[in-house]
Amino acid sequence: MSAQRRTDLLARYPALKRLLLSRAVQPVPMLATLAFFALAVLAGLFGTPAGSRNFGIIFVWIVWWALLILLLVPLTGRLWCAICPIPAPGEWLQRRGIIRRTGGKLRTLGWRWPRRLKNMWLQNFGFLGIAIFSTVILTRPRVSAWVLLGLVLLGVALSLLYEKRVFCKYVCPVGGFIGLYSMLAPLELRVRDPQVCASHTSKDCVTGNEHGYGCPWLIYPGGLRRNIDCGLCTECLKTCPRDNITLNLRPAGSDLLAAQEGRLDEAYKGFIMLGCALLYSVVLLGPWGWLKDWANLERLPYWALYALGFLAFNLAILPGLFWLAAAIAHRLSSGKSSLRRLFVDYSYALVPFGLAAWIAFSLGFVLINGSYALAVLSDPFGWGWDLFGTAGVPWTPLWPDLIPFLQVGVLMPGLLFAVWIAYQVARRHSDTLPQAGRAMLPVTGFLLAVTLVFLRLYLG
Amino acid sequence: MKRFPRRRRITVWLPFALLALAVLVAPIPRLVPPQEREITISLTQFEFSPARLRVNQGDRVTLTLAASDVVHGFYLEGYGIEERIEPGVTKRIEFVAERRGKFRYRCSVNCGALHPFMVGELIVGPNIPFWRAMGLTLLALAGLLVYLQRTGAGYEEVVNESFEIEEAA
Repeated sequence: MSAQRRTDLLARYPALKRLLLSRAVQPVPMLATLAFFALAVLAGLFGTPAGSRNFGIIFVWIVWWALLILLLVPLTGRLWCAICPIPAPGEWLQRRGIIRRTGGKLRTLGWRWPRRLKNMWLQNFGFLGIAIFSTVILTRPRVSAWVLLGLVLLGVALSLLYEKRVFCKYVCPVGGFIGLYSMLAPLELRVRDPQVCASHTSKDCVTGNEHGYGCPWLIYPGGLRRNIDCGLCTECLKTCPRDNITLNLRPAGSDLLAAQEGRLDEAYKGFIMLGCALLYSVVLLGPWGWLKDWANLERLPYWALYALGFLAFNLAILPGLFWLAAAIAHRLSSGKSSLRRLFVDYSYALVPFGLAAWIAFSLGFVLINGSYALAVLSDPFGWGWDLFGTAGVPWTPLWPDLIPFLQVGVLMPGLLFAVWIAYQVARRHSDTLPQAGRAMLPVTGFLLAVTLVFLRLYLG
Repeated sequence: MKRFPRRRRITVWLPFALLALAVLVAPIPRLVPPQEREITISLTQFEFSPARLRVNQGDRVTLTLAASDVVHGFYLEGYGIEERIEPGVTKRIEFVAERRGKFRYRCSVNCGALHPFMVGELIVGPNIPFWRAMGLTLLALAGLLVYLQRTGAGYEEVVNESFEIEEAA
């Protein structure tokens, strides 16, 4: 990727740089999100059990979710991770402070995270574990609150045992998919000149100094090539004595081809995310009531069948079909790469495609149910309050006629972007252009088939 | 690997763009004469039965709605219809299905945990928006494939070309 295509935002906007150098720039928004989070948990625990009248459901699963998947992830990548309230208590306990850089060691046992868990597998299984209960979590305020509280407690426990933000990097089920899709974002934190880092011996960005902490995400910014690894906390910007860290604007999707070799855990994250978007579109947005009953834990044996099917689809059926496409591509390509390598590398085409699928799915319920937010803003617990005079706002679906066309408008560019990525991968694994042109076709067929299923669900 | 042509071949896209325009605006007449349709829908937590209705454009549709457990609502997208359905009291709704496509009907009265996902589907055929979307998707994909096969456009080529254009400007 050409470095010239980047726009150095901090060089262009010094005020932005001054803002990011402030120690308050991360904790202040964290405190604000933590306040909303606390209200969501309290409303979930003590408010009305009617999900559509409870702040804990509406502001987490509609308002926050819409902000995250429609705006923050596509445009800013991991910016949410920088202001997320879930790891905040753990991180502040470790640091024994919130805003100011405190001296001394972090309050943690400082254990090293096990090497075999330094990947996304825990996040993959954590996400799936939540996903099979999602119909219950999305609609029961109390369950939702306990899940959120559980994540905070897990974050605190891990911060006391392990170094820095291992929870965010290796455990958080939300952080996993934000990381995957952050590779598409047109925003990146990078070093200006890797040579400056290579020749700089003290590595303040890793160890920390009086201006900030060593990278909480356990990375060496000098070697940072993909957004998936960076939580945008800007500690390295504060600690770098050589002024070598910056924020760039860049072409979207720049990271997808940055790695020389893809990773199976990331590939599976792509399958799981696409599979979940597809299954949620069927279960939650579709008209099949019996399926909603199964997912809703009405009867345990049926839910067990649903969960089994859900897991099988995400872990075996979808990847299996993709494996088949990769196997045909393998026969059509030069044969210089293994089938496993092709399977993994082609799966990065699922990143733009999966994000488009999630945006399309989210439009289907966010616009329909978004108006509940006005009512719960005035009456967060469903106790009959009317704080801002909006408690009586009726349910008003937003542009219901337009939603299917918005969904097509998102899915189609997602498909084209994915096919283009598949072609770049095919080029990498082929000797000639015509060979690459043929080798990409099976994966293109897979992507088209899934797109047609989405179109059938939304419009057919 | 040999070097690839740098300039984007806009001309490759032109036939596909024209075809896409044709898919978007081509007039499609009514294929079936309008009929009278009487349909009974029962509403229970969290399901409409039948969950999918198929009618043709121009049909005069009479829906009889009956709730069997709790109070539900019936909101039909695209037709501006909304009714409250009490258990034991049937409601009749009449309308002419003039708009083609898929329209969801939803419960509009909070009826329990899965209320926001209580959905049914009315398909007014021929479902032209669906077929237009399919056609557009296939054309866009075909256009991209032809473009890639003809130009061999790669990541670096696209990036460098864009950069040169920026510099020249």
